[in-house]
Amino acid sequence: MCGTCGCGTDGNGPTILKPGEHTHSHNHDHDHHHHDDHHHHHDHSHDHSHDHDHSHSHKQRVIEVEKDVLQNNDILAARNRGYFEAKNVFALNLVSSPGSGKTSILEKTLTDLKEEIPFYVIEGDQQTLNDANRIDALNIPVVQINTGKGCHLESDMVYDAVKKLEMKNDSILMIENVGNLVCPSMFDLGENKRVVIISTTEGEDKPIKYPDMFHTADICIINKIDLLPYVNIDMDKLKNYALQVNPNLAFFEISATNGDGMDAWYKWLKDQV
Amino acid sequence: MHELSIAMDIVRITENETTKANANKVTKIELEVGVLSGVEVDSLEFVWSSAVKDSILEKANLKILKISGKGKCKDCNTEFEMENIFDVCPKCSSNFKSILQGKELRVKTLEVF
Repeated sequence: MCGTCGCGTDGNGPTILKPGEHTHSHNHDHDHHHHDDHHHHHDHSHDHSHDHDHSHSHKQRVIEVEKDVLQNNDILAARNRGYFEAKNVFALNLVSSPGSGKTSILEKTLTDLKEEIPFYVIEGDQQTLNDANRIDALNIPVVQINTGKGCHLESDMVYDAVKKLEMKNDSILMIENVGNLVCPSMFDLGENKRVVIISTTEGEDKPIKYPDMFHTADICIINKIDLLPYVNIDMDKLKNYALQVNPNLAFFEISATNGDGMDAWYKWLKDQV
Repeated sequence: MHELSIAMDIVRITENETTKANANKVTKIELEVGVLSGVEVDSLEFVWSSAVKDSILEKANLKILKISGKGKCKDCNTEFEMENIFDVCPKCSSNFKSILQGKELRVKTLEVF
């Protein structure tokens, strides 16, 4: 079974594409699955006798495994991190619910800073190249990961996507995770900092409803502050809840639509490279 | 539903371990899951049978050992039980704490033939 999505085949597994590239994976049932009905007739005889010792025992025994379940993801994340460090690439993992404005913040940031800092983007979504196309329209190198049924990015997907990006040294890599405030929290991608985005149209108690994500983040961007006059949100309460989960969080209050508050965010970004 | 990919990672670890140990059957697997690990035991149990289907774990008995959460306040050094990652120090109400226990997500043992 496919580990990403739980489907019976790999056909719905992650695909990693640049805008303009085409996937040929769908509808090809024969891909890698060996559901093939043909039988392997091994006509040659196996005459050799099995005289060698079977030294392993066939008795029941207990293996003390003591292994972290996420170790495979963590090892590949460490490899990504080493690669970023060697190239002096500052990598951010952007996480939020769907619709908090991750892509809009990216578009605004890239538009305003692309002359000063080289950027690269990895987009994570279950389906479509839509977000990658939005970034591509700004002439920023971008790779789209479609996770199929998967609800989060994992470090091996980022590893494959990074290879396609061929990044220059001294740049910033923005990894936009799948819109989901639960699952991505457990999966280290090798990023330098994790940025959780929440918008003023969401409830102020979101940090304690989805604490794992806020607990693992370094930065909290509160987006859509231009809507503050129209929505019923207590910003202090929101921040206090977030700080209760993670007292080390740093906040940026911004509007990707009208640009309010973006300067502080830009200054922080520039200080990282 | 990240529990499914968690379960698939468990299958992968089991397959590696049994190959190393020259075993070809797993009768029981013991997992340790901390209450602060981010994994819902109910969800993990829900996806388990489909995740292990056709794998070496298909017939194995699943045992999940839940590990309770424990924190230590960074301001007043009080140790306290934690049910949620955002629990504050019961003595001084500080948000600053280190988590001593409860983040575990481990394959502990495999009973094999």
